Order: sequence, then C-alpha cells, then structure tokens
Amino acid sequence: MYKVILLSAVCSFSLLAQSPTYHVGRAATADDIARRDISIAPDGKGLPVGEGTAAEGAVIYESRCRECHGPEGEGADEAGFIGKPSELVGDSPNKTVGSYWPYATTLWDYINRAMPFDRPGELSEDQVYAVVAYLLHLNRIVGENDKLNAETLPAIKMPNRDGFISDPRPDAP
Amino acid sequence: MSDEKPDPRSSRRRFMALAGLGLAACQGGPEGPVADGGPRRLGGTISPYSERSKYETSARFMPAVKTPEEASSRTPLHEAQGAITPASLHFERHHSGIPDIDPADHELLVHGLIDRPTVFTMKDLKRLPSVSVTRFIECSGNGSTEWKLPSAPTAQLSHGLASCSEWTGVPLRLVLEELGMKPEARWIIAEGADACRMARSLPLEKVMDDALLAYAQNGEALRPAQGYPLRLLSPGWEGNVNVKWLHILKLTDQPYMTRDETSKYTDLMADGKARQFTFLMDAKSLITSPSGGQTLDDLGFVEIRGLAWSGRGLIERVEVSIDDGETWADAELEGPRHPKAFTRFKLPWNWDGSAATLISRATDETGYVQPSVDELTAVRGLQSNYHNNSQKSWTIGADGSVSNV
Repeated sequence: MYKVILLSAVCSFSLLAQSPTYHVGRAATADDIARRDISIAPDGKGLPVGEGTAAEGAVIYESRCRECHGPEGEGADEAGFIGKPSELVGDSPNKTVGSYWPYATTLWDYINRAMPFDRPGELSEDQVYAVVAYLLHLNRIVGENDKLNAETLPAIKMPNRDGFISDPRPDAP
Repeated sequence: MSDEKPDPRSSRRRFMALAGLGLAACQGGPEGPVADGGPRRLGGTISPYSERSKYETSARFMPAVKTPEEASSRTPLHEAQGAITPASLHFERHHSGIPDIDPADHELLVHGLIDRPTVFTMKDLKRLPSVSVTRFIECSGNGSTEWKLPSAPTAQLSHGLASCSEWTGVPLRLVLEELGMKPEARWIIAEGADACRMARSLPLEKVMDDALLAYAQNGEALRPAQGYPLRLLSPGWEGNVNVKWLHILKLTDQPYMTRDETSKYTDLMADGKARQFTFLMDAKSLITSPSGGQTLDDLGFVEIRGLAWSGRGLIERVEVSIDDGETWADAELEGPRHPKAFTRFKLPWNWDGSAATLISRATDETGYVQPSVDELTAVRGLQSNYHNNSQKSWTIGADGSVSNV
C-alpha cells in the first residue's frame, strides 16, 4: 500500500515537472521562449520582422545616440564608429564598427539589447534596423536608402570579418 | 530542596568575574579601568548581521566616472588577509547597473537544442544536488595598466580585478543531462537579467566540465553586485563569462558572436589580427605585501606575502626574487590548495635597509611558468590589452618606501 501511494505521488509530480530524475522545473512553453529569447545568430536566425534605412537612422541617432557617441559617429565620451581594418595596426589602433566588428548581426543584437545606455530596449525593431543602417552607411558599407531587414542584414560581409584567429595559448615564454 | 544545592550560575558568575578581571588587567583599554579594579561598562549587544570594526577601512577602489553603472571597482588585494575575498570586497564589473531582483520572481529558462526546454524557479534549483567549490574570478583586463611600463601605484590598481570565493550551487552538467542535449548542440549562450541583458557564448565542452549555477558565495546568498540570485560560474575563465543575474541559457550549434566576444574581449595582435574566444586566465602571482604604496618601517624580519592562481588548475610552485630576478627562492605555499583558486605564498626575509626589487613567478600543475612582460609582448605586441599575466615587481627604496617601478 505504501509503495502504491509513493509511486502515484511520483507519477503525479512527473506530469508537472520536467526533469526525469529530480522532478523539478516546468516545461517551457513556446510563449515562454518567444517572450524571453532576443538572441540573434550571425546567420541572422532570430532577427525579427521590420526594416529601416540610414536616412531614417540618422534622425534617431541625433536624438538618442549623438550625446555620447558624437556627431556623425565621430566618437565623444563613448566610442566612435568609423574606421577601416588597416587602422588596427600601430601605436593607437582604431577599433570601431567599421574597422573591427566582424558581423553586422552583432550590431543589431547589441543595440537592441543594450542601447540607448540609459533606456536599453527602448527602440522598436524598425528603429534598430535604421540605426544599424546609419552606422554602416557612415562606413560606406550600405547606401543611404538601402533597406536593412532580416534578409539583407545577415548578407552583409563586414570589412574585418576575416580579422579574427583562434586562441593559440600557451604562447609565451 | 533547592537551597541545598549550590547555584551553578552563581559559581559560574564568580569564575567569569575573576576571568574578566584578569582579561582587563591584560588588555587595559579605555572601557576598563585596570589597576584600581573599578567597574567596567558593558560592550555591544548581539545583532542579526555583523558589521566590521569601525577601525577597519579597507575598501574597493572606485574610479571617478560619468556612468558608475558601467564601470569596475577593484579589490584591495594589498590588504588581503587570506585566500578568500570577502563578498563585500569582491571586485565589480557591471555593464548597465545592478538589477534589483526578487528571487521569488526569478526564473532560469533553459532552451534551444535540448529535448526538454524548462523553466526553473530558484526554489527548483536549490532542491537539486549541490556542490561548494573555491574558485577565483578575474577580469581579463586585470593587469592591463602594466603592458608598456609599470604604471599602477598599488597592487589594488594593477591587479584588483581578481577575487576568490567559495561558491555554492548546482553543476550545470547535471541540469543539462537532466534535460537531454541534442547531438548537434555545441555552444551555450548565457544571458543576464541586467538592463543590457549581457550575453556570452561558451563552448558546451567547458560548461559540461566544471560550470556551476551559483546561488551562494562564502556561505551566504550571492550579493546583488555578484549576480543575486543566480550567476554562472565558469572556473578559471575570464570574468565576463561568469554571467551575473543569469536568466537564460540557450543551447546552439554555433557561437552567437555577441558584442563582448567580438568587439570587446578580443586580443588585438601587432599584425592587426585579433585572437577571439580567449577565455582562459593563465597562471599569475602577485606579491601583496610589501607592495606599491606601502612602507617598511623597521629593519629586520619581513614576511613577504602574496597570492597566486591559474585557470588551468592548481598552483604547484611560487618563486620569489629579492634581487630583481638574479636569484630565486621557493616560497611556502599555504594549504589547502584548490584548483583555479587563490593560493597564498609566504617567504621570510630579513630587510637590511638597502634598496631591493621583489618579484614573484608562479608555476601551475601543467608546468606553465608565469612569463615576464617582455616575453609576453614579444609574442603579442603592445595592443592586446587583455590577459596580461606577466610577473610583477615592486621596488623598495632605502627609505623603506615601496613603489611600482
């Protein structure tokens, strides 16, 4: 009798709980995942519907980005955005979106999750596409009226895409 | 009946009064008249949570910055009294402030390439089998002031982005095996619940080896500044992948190339190429006393003290030089040694009042020897910024002052 009760108790837990050994946690629903997951893969997986152009992005940049990043992406208290991979050598390398960032998807993902600094998450999907387009246009990577969206953004090959190598350590002495 | 028995309390009270007199006679002090044996004032009461003595002032270094939500504070390693860093002095590196999270509302979503996507409450996680481990956490930028010339005046400023704690939580391997990984899963994306939802990609191999879902530090709940109520502990790997306020884990077939693993924590070489996914923190040692900014007041006995650690495992040996690297002596290593944790070392020394340059170098259990800064820059150039684990020297002047030269 005791065994039966114990067994039925375990079974009823199993219906609710996800983990087979310890019977804790609940099954994540599609809604749980859709509401929380904002990650964007370098192949564009996860990019939402929406689009924007550099011309639209310039307006948003003026009101929400310029204060920290300077006029036309030149940099101020925070980093500027303009540069070329050839500027990564020498005594003061210029690490920017144009010179250093290997994936345009990273720019979308980071602005979407972390910017503007004082109100991250404030920008709409269209606005994020537009600001990304503006920063890429400052680097002559896209045209002023090119539409960036879930198809066109991951197709961009950033100038420093091939600028990264794997970790060879231990490397010294 | 009762008055036939001696009152045990009264005899105990007499004993304590005598002992107290003896103690007062030994210690003296403003609260206790000593020679005349007069009355003494009572001390403080019991309390629910202790503060340190008002005479102690050791504190994290706070930089003067415009945005203290996006900044780092440094552990006072020059005043370290042991291998464990108090949680209150553990270094901080935040990207968009410390969130205020009610653990009753906090959930961990595990999804992606997994058979049973699951939401865990904190109560769920605390029911699972638990472990406690002593491990350091170090920002990969620790020591970045020392690439070109020794420039930070103190050990706190040069090396204070490292701390060591006992962490308690659930091995992540246990959780992932419970939920069943898809065969194509290779990476895991860990995301925090801070305002910027900071995210990093980690190879699944690492998290299956020794990552921990940590909810406690040094015997109590994590501090908010250390990720309360849940952080990822990635032992021996750069601080940034020990994601605080952890709320999402996603199993994937590829790294997601987040900002912090592309434009930020990558190491630029002299040829313009950058090393990526440089997770490991190599062996390092630091003389904490005497160190920059301190002064030797007296000739004679000095215990040279320091800390050593390696992301590859145990510290096997620490050598100390008092003559700028001409000769070396083995320091005593204090046990118990834990892998990927601070290990204290000590060497007795007799200071004769002449100028001296002190250096330490660590060797870990893999045989890796901590290099000099010249050996590192010969390979990496001067712009790699992160992962400077080179030997650190302090120079003692004839006046006893210690400086970073």
